[in-house]
Amino acid sequence: MSSLSRLLRPRARRVDVLVAALLALLGFALAVQVRSTQSDGLLTSARQEDLVQILDELNNRSDRLRQEVASLSATKQRLTTGSGASTAALAEARRRTQLLGVLAGTVAATGPGVLVRITDPKTQVSASVLLDALEELRNAGAEAVQLEGTASDGRVTAVRVVAQTALVDDRAGIVVDGVSLAAPYRFTVVGDPSTLAGAMAIPGGVEDAVRQQGGAAEVIRSQRVRVGALRPLTPPRYARPE
Amino acid sequence: MIPAVALVMGVVLGLVLHPTVPAGLQPYLPIAVVAALDAVFGAIRAQLDGIFDDRVFVVSFVSNVLVAALVVFLGDQLGVGGQLSTGVVVVLGIRIFTNTAAIRRHLFHA
Repeated sequence: MSSLSRLLRPRARRVDVLVAALLALLGFALAVQVRSTQSDGLLTSARQEDLVQILDELNNRSDRLRQEVASLSATKQRLTTGSGASTAALAEARRRTQLLGVLAGTVAATGPGVLVRITDPKTQVSASVLLDALEELRNAGAEAVQLEGTASDGRVTAVRVVAQTALVDDRAGIVVDGVSLAAPYRFTVVGDPSTLAGAMAIPGGVEDAVRQQGGAAEVIRSQRVRVGALRPLTPPRYARPE
Repeated sequence: MIPAVALVMGVVLGLVLHPTVPAGLQPYLPIAVVAALDAVFGAIRAQLDGIFDDRVFVVSFVSNVLVAALVVFLGDQLGVGGQLSTGVVVVLGIRIFTNTAAIRRHLFHA
């Protein structure tokens, strides 16, 4: 115990100051080291090669994650734009099919329009009169037209009138696209009713012509007529869409 | 008494000033601290043995710290810094244990 007390006994030689300074330095370094180890965690006390390894791992991981981000965002973009574009394209294609179908006569059409009933007791109304009527209706903005008549078997038959429709005179009446029809005829027309009716009524027009042949043309306006007769779609033999 | 007070003062200063260790010193500071601790325990043992010498203590303290730091520095240059610093810590730890065992025998006679 006496030696320990001698160690702790105050002395004031120069070397004692040095010892005290060294011990103070040790305490200082100890505290600083403990403090920095606690506060900075693993990285500051890690050695250079460990740090390099950690950095490598982090780089690899961030590379992998970046690739993942890139592929996922590409997928996302493909899905959003792809599905959006294809949906829009599909909708547009459907719309065009419907519109063209009305023109080509492959889909039924309904809307405001007129019914034009033409009687022909003397069998004098020829195909040319009906063709004039049809042209008049087209000029008046008819969008969908069907022509009804009594077929050879006695039933009322409707034929869709499209661009290629041909009207040919027949013994008992007319032939429309290969279908024989007899009076009374009836045009069902989708379009502006008043314009269509006015077109029928012009002097020297359809109504007058039919009357001259001993028949009668009756125009009935309607807010809703239905052109239900369809025409099979025949693919063109020579023409190809560009 | 003065050295103990100085040690406590150093600890307090380190805690209060809270300095950051320079990056260049960071690998060496823990080794240097362990080496200095070894010198201190050796000094206490020598004191108890009655062979304590101030000059020996100062020289052994400084040389301990410098040699430990040098060994670690060399290890870093050779690419075995991690292993060498572990080795230094192990050796110094063993010495500290030996010294504390001697101190214990002196103080408690056991």
